[in-house]
Amino acid sequence: MPKRGIVASLLTAAGLVLLLSFKTPTQTSPTADGLDVGQRSTPEPARSNTAPSSRADSPTALPTATPTPQTASDTVTGPVIPTRFGNIQLKVTFSDGKIADVTALQLPNDRPRSAYISSVVAPFLRQEALQAQSAQIDLLSGATYTSEAYAESLQAVLDQNHG
Amino acid sequence: MADPRVPTGGSVRRVRVEHIMGTAIGIDLRDPFVAGSIFDEVFTYLRGVDERFSSYRPESQINRLGRGELEVGDCSPDVRQVLALCEELRVATGGSFDARAMQPDGHLDPTGVVKGWAVEQAGWMLAAAGARNFTINAGGDVVARGSPQAGRSWRIGIRHPVWRDRVAAVLEVGDGAIATSGTYERGTHIGAPSTGRSAGNFLSLTVVGPSLTYADAYATAAFAMGGGGPAWVASQPGYGGFAVTTDRRTVWTPVAWDLRAAPTS
Repeated sequence: MPKRGIVASLLTAAGLVLLLSFKTPTQTSPTADGLDVGQRSTPEPARSNTAPSSRADSPTALPTATPTPQTASDTVTGPVIPTRFGNIQLKVTFSDGKIADVTALQLPNDRPRSAYISSVVAPFLRQEALQAQSAQIDLLSGATYTSEAYAESLQAVLDQNHG
Repeated sequence: MADPRVPTGGSVRRVRVEHIMGTAIGIDLRDPFVAGSIFDEVFTYLRGVDERFSSYRPESQINRLGRGELEVGDCSPDVRQVLALCEELRVATGGSFDARAMQPDGHLDPTGVVKGWAVEQAGWMLAAAGARNFTINAGGDVVARGSPQAGRSWRIGIRHPVWRDRVAAVLEVGDGAIATSGTYERGTHIGAPSTGRSAGNFLSLTVVGPSLTYADAYATAAFAMGGGGPAWVASQPGYGGFAVTTDRRTVWTPVAWDLRAAPTS
């Protein structure tokens, strides 16, 4: 890895923190088993639809959950997406077929710095995911690294949920 | 509800993301019959390009060329091709895209063209392996082919340069490329070569067209041009521009306008 690549990544993360520190007054704290980025509680999930965690680039990563009609709230757990900063895994709650909430089960938190960045970035990413849903996009021009993995995890959830 | 394992073009999604050339490069492949080994081949190729063109590795061909240890004629064919592209783009953009002037000391740095060019080559590798429906997203520079699923095009959001939780626009693209230059991805890293100052008219400028090599270079050049950037993009056959101004208005050229997605919910 070229030095400049690492520096650029750090700068991107630092820039994100600088930007987000103005946007996310409410910060959560990292915990041993991950980070709850939801700013409100999950609205009474009617059932849980948990898929096995796996790398998304292997054939075994094909959606295996049985698609269910989205008439009530529903919770789906995405695969673990590895990034160079750590793993990302999301849980998405649907209500009437729409994303009601996004919770990160895993975000990079191996080092205090990463944990701090995650705690600041995660609420913002959740908001971005909710916004992306309303725009119904496949991909984003101008995405950063961690948000891309987050989007990937989210997409995997959406794919398995909608067949 | 279709069984996702039944290969009905586009219903199966395979994704891999790797960090190369200082950015995240993600491939989203929707063709189930294409062997998964193509991911290894493409990422190995991209890492090789990074090594040959890296300006941080003293022994890269680009740095040996800069030190006069290597003649252009002795470089590998892809290095010669990129150098020729740099010169072509310098002329085409009236000097706004200049691989030499982008560096403070004036040394040759084709980095600005290498990423777009390499990702476009990666797209051809996927196509040669039989892929018809895929995207490659290299830090926001996108190559798209085919469709994500039957009956619709790829919907590509352009991140808003100010409100990061919003998209400034959504474009619907089948076969095409999108590149965005702006002040937001890596800080203010794009300056007008002639002045060294940041271009002032736009917060971000997106170019869409058939080739990522040119879309990427055109976005860089048009952003540096300032107010005349979108009109210049519109003068390039087949290419369209979309920009967000510093006062947060949007500017479209006809080719980009024709690709805009209808607003949803």
